[in-house]
Amino acid sequence: MGSAAITVTGLHKRFGKTHALRGLDLTVDGGTVCGLLGPNGAGKTTAVRVLATLAAPTAGHASVAGYDVVRRPDEVRHRIGFTGQHAALDEGITGRQNLRLLGRLRHLGARGARQRADELLERFDLADAADRLVRTYSGGMRRRLDMIASLITRPEVLFLDEPTTGLDPRSRNEIWATVRQLADDGTTVLLTTQYLDEADQLADDIVVVDHGIVIASGSPDELKEAIGVRVEATLADAAHLESTARILRGLTGCLPTIEADEQRVSANTGGGRTVSLPRLVRELDAAGVDAVDVALRRPSLDEVFLTLTGDNEKSLA
Amino acid sequence: MSAVAASQRRPVSDAWTLTLRVLLFYRNSPGLVGMSLGAPLVMLVMFGYVFGSAIKIPGGEDYRSYLMPGLFVLIAVNGIMASMIGAARDLERGMADRLRTLPISRTATLLGQAVADVIVNAVIMVLMAGVGYAVGWRVHDGAAKAFAALGLLLILRFAVVWVGFFLGMACRREEIAAQAGLLVFPISTVSNVYVPTTGMPGWLRTIADWNPVSCATSAARSLFGDTVGTAATSPWPLAHPVEATLGWSAVLLALFMPLAVRAFSTHGR
Repeated sequence: MGSAAITVTGLHKRFGKTHALRGLDLTVDGGTVCGLLGPNGAGKTTAVRVLATLAAPTAGHASVAGYDVVRRPDEVRHRIGFTGQHAALDEGITGRQNLRLLGRLRHLGARGARQRADELLERFDLADAADRLVRTYSGGMRRRLDMIASLITRPEVLFLDEPTTGLDPRSRNEIWATVRQLADDGTTVLLTTQYLDEADQLADDIVVVDHGIVIASGSPDELKEAIGVRVEATLADAAHLESTARILRGLTGCLPTIEADEQRVSANTGGGRTVSLPRLVRELDAAGVDAVDVALRRPSLDEVFLTLTGDNEKSLA
Repeated sequence: MSAVAASQRRPVSDAWTLTLRVLLFYRNSPGLVGMSLGAPLVMLVMFGYVFGSAIKIPGGEDYRSYLMPGLFVLIAVNGIMASMIGAARDLERGMADRLRTLPISRTATLLGQAVADVIVNAVIMVLMAGVGYAVGWRVHDGAAKAFAALGLLLILRFAVVWVGFFLGMACRREEIAAQAGLLVFPISTVSNVYVPTTGMPGWLRTIADWNPVSCATSAARSLFGDTVGTAATSPWPLAHPVEATLGWSAVLLALFMPLAVRAFSTHGR
């Protein structure tokens, strides 16, 4: 492994008038977990559907595990697992029966399918519930069984479309543990999520998508780095808001936000730029500003996301 | 690394696995087979005992004996509704997506489900025959022809299941499919299932006579050895009901099998 497990170049997808993907580029290295992050309607699901051979791209190229998704869909299908947003299981049969059937459809043979189902149920802690009808499972158990169902043939690449949406925190943690287990096995995972902490927790690399294109990518740390440091000063006297804003602008090179109600001024530094706290305090002091609180902190991934998707004003209001 | 025989397809064994999928479902919930008998049993009570008490069949045959072959046909054509709901549910719940990301033939995927449906339906028909016997219905022309009737109705069932697959995928959602599926009832009623078509107004009678439900009902009556229904003056479909039923089945299959496979393959593309 180590080489690219997923390569996407200039991917476009239209559904009638909707332009879901507008030139998406993406590379996921083998054995890594990539988090495709974006708001609703950003094109995440469409991207995964194209990569899992469920949708045909309007333009551009995509290959998974070394095979083109349009020209060699069967080769791709042999090498992927796909877990969509719905738990795609047969409700009227047991968990074990679900896995066995999928094993047979993966041509493991009746015996191979039985062994593999038992193995997976044991390993992912579902053995106790294995012989109950799926109808009786909790939402979290269904999700987990659904994920496990994608692992029947140890796929090279696993697609997880919003694997924890709608789950309670405990089930979410179980899913996360499962994804980590898979990553340890060397499976390449592409997961979509709207939750930043999920991407932060699981992904080696995060790709932020909005309006069908990639607007940022990198490790969680790199993304936080790119947006720089956040400087905040809370003042004793509202009369100093303007002068403080000028000082912050000079230090960060960016336009500060003034929250008059809170008597607070804040600014993000541009990418790569650093600010020294003593210098900030000295400058405020020299200008006669009486600051109640001064803080320098790294932005949360939430702020990174909102900044990138152009909604930062709203989030600070 | 994962797949040894990556490009090999095994459509027959895949189709059979998908047949097992449906059969397992019924094995876990055998009560559902009985549920499928619900609609025909309601019709048996309503028509056989309520309305039928006032219906006189030309030729003087006992009404319940007249009714029974038509109820077998109802069981067969209700396959439209059942498969509509099943196909829409598989789409809605993402099962279709999962099956489509497997390296198996789309035709095999649907074929397996159609075969399972026919197998389950054969069981239901046999149960219905038992009910018929209990209410006085008899086969008059020997077991061979009775089994031929069963085979013919299962062929019709196999054909209408594909109609249902296509319509169900067109509906996309289970509840819509369930609503739309109710249209089977008026279609099956404008026929000779409950009363002979001879008394209907001319335009309606033509529709009823060419209705595949009528063809199959006449075919079942003649194969079960009932006396009514094949007068010399009958229009072609009712004078040659077996051929007409086979013809209808062939037409439906030729039309809807490719449509259903296409709808399944291209959904969401």
